Amino acid sequence: MKTFVFPGRYGSLERISHVIVEAATTAGFNDADVYAIQTAVDEACSNIIDHAYGGQDLGDIEMQVSTSHNNITIVLHDQGRPFTPESVPLPDFKTDLQNRKERGLGLYFMRKLMDEVRFEFSEEGGNTLTLIKYKDKKG
Amino acid sequence: MEITTTQYKHCDLLKITGRIDSMTAPDLSKLIAEINEAGRFKLVVDMKDVDYISSSGLWVLINAQKTCKRYNRGEVILACVPPRIHSALDLAGFVPFFKFFDDVVAAVGNF
Repeated sequence: MKTFVFPGRYGSLERISHVIVEAATTAGFNDADVYAIQTAVDEACSNIIDHAYGGQDLGDIEMQVSTSHNNITIVLHDQGRPFTPESVPLPDFKTDLQNRKERGLGLYFMRKLMDEVRFEFSEEGGNTLTLIKYKDKKG
Repeated sequence: MEITTTQYKHCDLLKITGRIDSMTAPDLSKLIAEINEAGRFKLVVDMKDVDYISSSGLWVLINAQKTCKRYNRGEVILACVPPRIHSALDLAGFVPFFKFFDDVVAAVGNF
């Protein structure tokens, strides 16, 4: 397992993506899965900055990456506000263009693109988000 | 992310290179707003060299389309969209809101 700590700012997102793409590629995921994992982690980190911290440079994002023969597991920690996924509305796919609202797409992407998405919160540990993608499984 | 713009008689072409994420999406939004403020609402976005787009980037495209299509004054057309980017647009449910062209010249000629 490798652990990385990034400042919670948008400028960290590209470096985070590089780490994830390298780990997933080395682990043998195909190009489509590598892109999916990159997207899920990028959305998760953007959500941490936007919602848990409520802005840039208010805390760090700690990322643990581990791979095995059949999966990649990414664990993200932050010390921001508790994130409650059930409070995030699902994207509205039926509304016309002019009334389409910016909501819930990042979380929706995470859930569609990964096989497991788990949110936990503790007073000591803050938010912990675990993202798992299995090889050869439609995520 | 880098953006090069070309102003044609009937439309503006934006060629985007690199990542459109939470860091760079506001720059794209600002550039499109400037074009709109100049009274131009017919845009072709060449996405051939876009490596990655996040939901924040997708919302910039949707908000641009909302603005451009209002009052039937124009629209945003997407050209040379890589399969991964198209998949992201599809997952977001945004594909029906755009015309897609495989060729920039044909996209510009559509206006």
